[in-house]
Amino acid sequence: MAGFDKVVSSYEEAMAGLEDDMTVIAGGFGLCGIPENLIREIQRKGTKGLTVVSNNCGVDDFGLGILLPDRQIKKIIASYVGENAEFERQMMNGELEVELTPQGTLAEKMRAGGAGIPAFFTATGYGTPVAEGKEAREFDGRHYILEPAIKGDFALVKAWKADRYGNLVFRKTARNFNPMAATAGKITVVEVEEIVEPGELDPDHIHTPGIYVNRLILGTFEKRIEQRTVRCDSE
Amino acid sequence: MALTREQLAQRVAQELQDGYYVNLGIGIPTLVANYIPEGMEVMLQSENGLLGMGQFPTEAEIDADLINAGKQTVTMAKGASIFDSAESFAMIRGGHVDLTVLGAFEVDVNGNIASYMIPGKLIKGMGGAMDLVAGADNIIVTMTHASKHGVSKLLSNCTLPLTGKGCIKRVLTDLAFIEIKNGKFYLLERAPGVSVAEIISLTEGELVVEGDVPEMQL
Repeated sequence: MAGFDKVVSSYEEAMAGLEDDMTVIAGGFGLCGIPENLIREIQRKGTKGLTVVSNNCGVDDFGLGILLPDRQIKKIIASYVGENAEFERQMMNGELEVELTPQGTLAEKMRAGGAGIPAFFTATGYGTPVAEGKEAREFDGRHYILEPAIKGDFALVKAWKADRYGNLVFRKTARNFNPMAATAGKITVVEVEEIVEPGELDPDHIHTPGIYVNRLILGTFEKRIEQRTVRCDSE
Repeated sequence: MALTREQLAQRVAQELQDGYYVNLGIGIPTLVANYIPEGMEVMLQSENGLLGMGQFPTEAEIDADLINAGKQTVTMAKGASIFDSAESFAMIRGGHVDLTVLGAFEVDVNGNIASYMIPGKLIKGMGGAMDLVAGADNIIVTMTHASKHGVSKLLSNCTLPLTGKGCIKRVLTDLAFIEIKNGKFYLLERAPGVSVAEIISLTEGELVVEGDVPEMQL
C-alpha cells in the first residue's frame, strides 16, 4: 500500500488489529449487502466479546449468525432479529445482550457517529420502551428523545465497485446501511466485487468517498436470498 | 361478515390518491399494492432504501441485491430511486411519505399503538415501525378487531409495550373503519353485514356511534 491505495490482498490483513471486546459496525439489511467474507474472517480469527452493531444478525449459518455458536458476540445493537434460532436461544437464556433500536434511529446513530455529532433528538420511540433512561425534550409541541451516536472500532462494509483509492459505488438495495457504516469506523474495511483504477469511476457517481475507507479487498460473494419471491410470467 | 385480508386491502386502497408516496408494512398492508386503482399513479416506498418498488421478479429477473423491507426479492418500477437507510428514514421521519399502512396487535383511544413485542413470547424487534408511526401524519392501521377468543384489540389502554404514543388516527379492522380523536374511537363505517351492536361488543375502549353508520363499499 502506498499513498491513497487502500487495497489489501488477504482477509487476514483486512481484519488485522481486531481484538476481543471491540465494537464492530456492519452494513447490510437482512442478508442483502452484508460483508459476508469479512464476517467469516472474524469467525476464523475467533475474536470474542464483540459488540456488534447491525440492522439484523444474519441467519443460523450465514452472515453475522455464524459468530453465535462460539459465543463471539457479547452484545448486539439491531432493529430486527427474528430470523435466527440460535440467536433467540441465547437471548432468552441471557447469554446475549440485545439492544433493540428502531431502524431509522440506528441508521442515524451511525451517520451521526461518522459525522462528529455526539447525539440527536428524534420523535421515534418517545413513550415506548426505547425511551427508557433517555432525556426527553419538547420542540414546537412535539416530544423527542435524545439518542447517542455510535462509533465502531471497526466498520465492515460491502460495496459493489471501488477504485483503488476506496471510492465506493453500491448496487441497488445492497446499499442500505453500508454508506453510514463506512463513515463510523475507526478502521473501515470494505469488500467489493470489482476494483478499478483511480479515475475510472465518474466522480459524480461515487456514493462513498475514499476518505472514509482504510482497507479495501476484492472478494467473491454467495449473496444468499432470504425470501425468494417470484411472479408467474403470464405475459 | 368480517372482511377478508383481500377486502381489508381493497378498502385501504380507496384511501390512495394519485401521486401519493406510500409505505406499506408487511402482511395485509402489502396486499394494498394489488388494488391500486387503474390509471392512478402511486409510488411505493420500501424503507430499506427503495422508492418505486415494482412487482415480484420473474425467475429470470431475480436479483439478490434488490429486495424490499420484508426481505423479499422485488423489482423496480419506472422512475424508481435507490438510497441509503439514513436517507430512507429522513423521508419517513421528515413526514415526506403521504400514507403509511401498517399492522398492530393493539390500538387504544389515545392513539397509542403496540405492534412489535409480546414480552416473554415474541421479541423480534421493531424494525422501522417506530420511525414510521412517529414520522407519518397519515397512517392507517390494519388489524383484526378482536382475537380468535373474542378479546378486543381496540382498548382504553394498550397492554403491550408501545411502538408509538398518540400517533394513530385511523384504524381499519375486519369489522369496522374507525377514527381516533379526543380520547375516543368513532365508528365511521362497518363491514358489510356486521352490526353496530357486534362492533360495540368487541370494542373495549369507548366507542362513539353517531347516527346511521354506513356499510363499507367494496
